[in-house]
Amino acid sequence: MADTAENIIEVRDLDYSRGRLEIFKGLNINIRRGDVTAVMGPSGTGKTTLLRLITRQLVPDRGHIFIDSVDIGTLNQKELYRLRRRFGVLFQNGALLTDFSVFENVAFPLREHTKLPNRLIRHVVLTKLHAVGLRGAADMMPGQLSGGMARRVALARAMVMDPDILIYDEPFVGLDPISMGVIVRLVRRMNDALGITSILVSHDVQEIASVSDCTYLISNGKVAASGSPTELQNTQSKLVQQFMHGMADGPVPFHFAAPDYEEQLLGRDVEQ
Amino acid sequence: MFRDLYLTFKEFLRTFGAMQLFFLRLLSNSPSIFVKRFNLVVQQVYNAGALSLVIIMVCGLFVGGVLGLQGHANLSKFNAEDSVGTFAAFSLIKELGPVITALLFAGRAGTALASEIGLMKATDQLSAMEMMAINPLRRVLVPRFLGGVIAMPLLVAVFTVIGLFGAHLVGVTLLGVDAGAFWQQMQSTLEMGDIYEGIVKSIVFGIVASLYAVWEGYNAVPTAEGVGRATTRTVVLTAIAVLILDFMITAVSI
Repeated sequence: MADTAENIIEVRDLDYSRGRLEIFKGLNINIRRGDVTAVMGPSGTGKTTLLRLITRQLVPDRGHIFIDSVDIGTLNQKELYRLRRRFGVLFQNGALLTDFSVFENVAFPLREHTKLPNRLIRHVVLTKLHAVGLRGAADMMPGQLSGGMARRVALARAMVMDPDILIYDEPFVGLDPISMGVIVRLVRRMNDALGITSILVSHDVQEIASVSDCTYLISNGKVAASGSPTELQNTQSKLVQQFMHGMADGPVPFHFAAPDYEEQLLGRDVEQ
Repeated sequence: MFRDLYLTFKEFLRTFGAMQLFFLRLLSNSPSIFVKRFNLVVQQVYNAGALSLVIIMVCGLFVGGVLGLQGHANLSKFNAEDSVGTFAAFSLIKELGPVITALLFAGRAGTALASEIGLMKATDQLSAMEMMAINPLRRVLVPRFLGGVIAMPLLVAVFTVIGLFGAHLVGVTLLGVDAGAFWQQMQSTLEMGDIYEGIVKSIVFGIVASLYAVWEGYNAVPTAEGVGRATTRTVVLTAIAVLILDFMITAVSI
């Protein structure tokens, strides 16, 4: 086990199942303070579920999650909400409040948690919107934004309370190459300049390789491999190689479990 | 079959119990939200109340008109057409005002609330709030619940007054009932107890309609179909609950 003081988040022997489907079986993960840690894995391995477990939107069947050595399973609602103020979460679809303008969406946590004067709120919000390149869209409504723009606004909102831990759920999906480059650099720059810890869930191997300090590859409910991007690229594991190089053949089947193709097309599976 | 019945009954009891707990959570958070976030409550009174005014006024006018027509047609058989005002007032204040307003409220404001909250859930807006350490129950649900509870008695009052105006329009202006008799008989027969009954009903129906709307929205399956089903359930369950409670309150107060 790594040094506890170095790890801001520790996941220990985590089990979680949804119905009969086992998502995690004895998962162990350490997230080092000040690092950009990426969580990767084939679709359906529970990457987003892991984020929801870390933020205690979901409760594990077994195991513990420690944040700064505090078991989050022992917190009451008030303590949990106090802890969550340290998080900034970028949801997969942005999750912007549709009744509010872009400006008000970013200002929302400030208005709810602080008594800052409007002038200061305006200053902070415009600074964050400028960082994601959308200061000009401050008056637009979420419905008028493209998917990529909505995610950038959500990123501005996630940053607005200056969190200790920023969690990104698929931050690069739907971004054009220019925005993608800017966001990748922004993730790295914010992490280093503000001294925060970032957790990224993504499929984008190249972007992850360029931004992360440590990557966990999850498969079959466990960590299949972990290490720096270079270590993962050089590992001999067939699963890691298949994932990192996007190969169709390998330990991870492309097809979901199904009856024999020919038998099914000919209808023999029904006759039997 | 008995096992299915048993399981259905058990599920019903579980849902009913969960709803009571949810109601208690709404109630316990209501005073502080009312005081600290009064602006949110006012916004929801506007959404649930002011935006329902047109439908309430139009329906009130025509229901009153029908009461004027029916009252005149039937009471004139006994040469009692002067009592059409009393007939309309009793019907509107004690029964039709609260009940029809509650049904219209469920159709207009209840569905809007349920679908809004359901969609907020489906698009992760409620989860996002939780992650921003903002309790969606206090920020989203309680103001909407309070908005509905406050708006309903006001809407019932508007419906009843417009209904009486409709009855007057038909009974007095069109069918020639004496205006003095119309108002005087109403004044002499109607008691404060009758008005209190209407007020109690409007408050109870306001609580029930708002509770069902926020409950169904908050517990909607976060899919397009789930939100649609929650909206439908809001109208159906509110209608059933309102009619059953109407019978119970009437039985108690007679």
